[in-house]
Amino acid sequence: MTLKKLMRGTHVLGEAAIRAGCRAYFGYPITPQNELPEYMASAFAKMDDAIFMQAESELASINMVMGAAIAGARVMTSSSSPGISLKQEGISYLAAMELPAVIVNMMRGGPGLGNIAPSQGDYFQAVKGGGHGDYRLIVFAPAYGQEIADMTRQAFDLADNYRTPVMILGDGMMGQMMEPVVFPEPIDLTSLPRKEWVLDGAKGRPSRIIRSLWLDVDKEEEFNWRLFRKYEMISREIPDQEIYLADDAELIIVAYGTAARIAKGGVHRARSMGLKVGLFRPKTLWPFPAEPLARLAEAVRHIMVFEMSTGQMVEDVRLAVEGRCPVSFYGRPGGVVSTPEEIARELATAYGMPGSSETHGRGALNGRRAVARR
Amino acid sequence: MKKVFSRPESLKPTPFHYCPGCGHSIIHRVVAEVIDELGIRERTIGVPPAGCAVLAYNYLDVDMAEAPHGRAAAVATGIKRVLLDRVVFTYQGDGDIAAIGTAETIHAANRGERITSIFVNNAVYGMTGGQMAPTTILGQVTTTSPGGRAPLRDGNPLDLSEMLAIAAGSVYIERTSVSSPKGILRTRRAIRKAFVTQLEDKGFSLVEILSPCPTNWKMSPTEAARWVDARMSEIFPPKVIKDVA
Repeated sequence: MTLKKLMRGTHVLGEAAIRAGCRAYFGYPITPQNELPEYMASAFAKMDDAIFMQAESELASINMVMGAAIAGARVMTSSSSPGISLKQEGISYLAAMELPAVIVNMMRGGPGLGNIAPSQGDYFQAVKGGGHGDYRLIVFAPAYGQEIADMTRQAFDLADNYRTPVMILGDGMMGQMMEPVVFPEPIDLTSLPRKEWVLDGAKGRPSRIIRSLWLDVDKEEEFNWRLFRKYEMISREIPDQEIYLADDAELIIVAYGTAARIAKGGVHRARSMGLKVGLFRPKTLWPFPAEPLARLAEAVRHIMVFEMSTGQMVEDVRLAVEGRCPVSFYGRPGGVVSTPEEIARELATAYGMPGSSETHGRGALNGRRAVARR
Repeated sequence: MKKVFSRPESLKPTPFHYCPGCGHSIIHRVVAEVIDELGIRERTIGVPPAGCAVLAYNYLDVDMAEAPHGRAAAVATGIKRVLLDRVVFTYQGDGDIAAIGTAETIHAANRGERITSIFVNNAVYGMTGGQMAPTTILGQVTTTSPGGRAPLRDGNPLDLSEMLAIAAGSVYIERTSVSSPKGILRTRRAIRKAFVTQLEDKGFSLVEILSPCPTNWKMSPTEAARWVDARMSEIFPPKVIKDVA
């Protein structure tokens, strides 16, 4: 049955995964996402058909995910930035072996050990292929508790449909924040389409091979083009975004995830100052919703990108906008979370900014500390 | 006329690509014979390594999935935990299991995963062209230990099987060789016992097989077989290392 509950983001994700038919979880402790494996451990302990395992490393956990996917289970792992770096080898293999799996990254400050505060420094790693080889990763960027639930369900379905790994990209703040969420009915596992490719023993059928090695370059090329066609299909079918208060907007702020919620607060404040400002929020980071953003860029004077980093998604925004209007950037890296007031001030500055006066480099905002503005 | 020798059902009719004198073809055949004998072909899933034996799936007629280099025990764990009534085995070389995959292997053994590892030890990285392996013996010349393996520079040969025997979850570990007909028969018995250990749900089992690599050792097949018995066996003596099955 459906369930309405006040829950923190990590728990929302766990509950949504179980309701989406996830029956195997492999992970390794890392802050700030430990509440998710803990939720899976306690929920799976009460279920007969579910596997929770704390692995000896992130490497082992992503490869256990691979094994469970090979055996046909709906499977998930989760981690935070440094741990996701370690999983990249496995993610490349999952893409190459066309195995469905859901990978959660609750981003923290980086690079290196960084800190455990919310950050968006892993955008490049997530959408530009953190692992080796010519592959893409579907990346969802939820911003609200309800969206975590909805996107988690969707992530498992898309992973199976396209036979590809899917990432849910959040941050430490999103994981901790408690919000009311309505969960859908748990799916009936027997209603899912049979996976005709799994390895479960060659009973009454020819033996199967799941592989990523193609020594013959012609075969590897053919395989790469086949993957490419799949990614093209995904790029046509699933890009998603929220467009907010954009009808009369002269300035659009582009942000995703937690940053988008702060940006929305900034938009409200800017509107109350009489500025015609709107928000564009990508809900899928790959595929990036380039087309609707390009259309929007025709209608506005200026686009400002806000990220909790020194500027990563801004490159995809510029690629989408293709010079239709100036694109500027404002960011706070390292785990610092901006306030809506701060964003409103930046929007006001950008609003007054003539089309051509795009600023680059770092400046000191409100005399307090250096920020990335370019 | 009575047929006394034929291809096992679990072996595809594909000619082996392995070098003359290499142990892999013998070991593949022995694994296939045991799978036939136990009647488990239709519920066995194999995980080959990165290395010469990655192409094991071209020969063994069971479901098989590649693993990234060293990660076979973790992949096998994932498969086995989902499909508890299947037989899951890994087939790994010394570099795969005893260098890059040490952690995965030790922890799978310590958890007592109901999987079986076939560990082919030829004291060298074969597919990449004969570099020093964790099991390269002291003084052995490889492309990356040109003057012979020197302990203070290159470290010492690692006896992974003995290390795994310490783990509480390992149940049956034996070291054999395929350098002689007697060794091959012993290997066959050991692999059978390892699979039976798994079928009886007792814990982790592993068979380490000393196997010649004439190409990278730069020896003839007969010299290589002799070197296994004379030199490798001194450092890695064939024996039952642990049996609490």
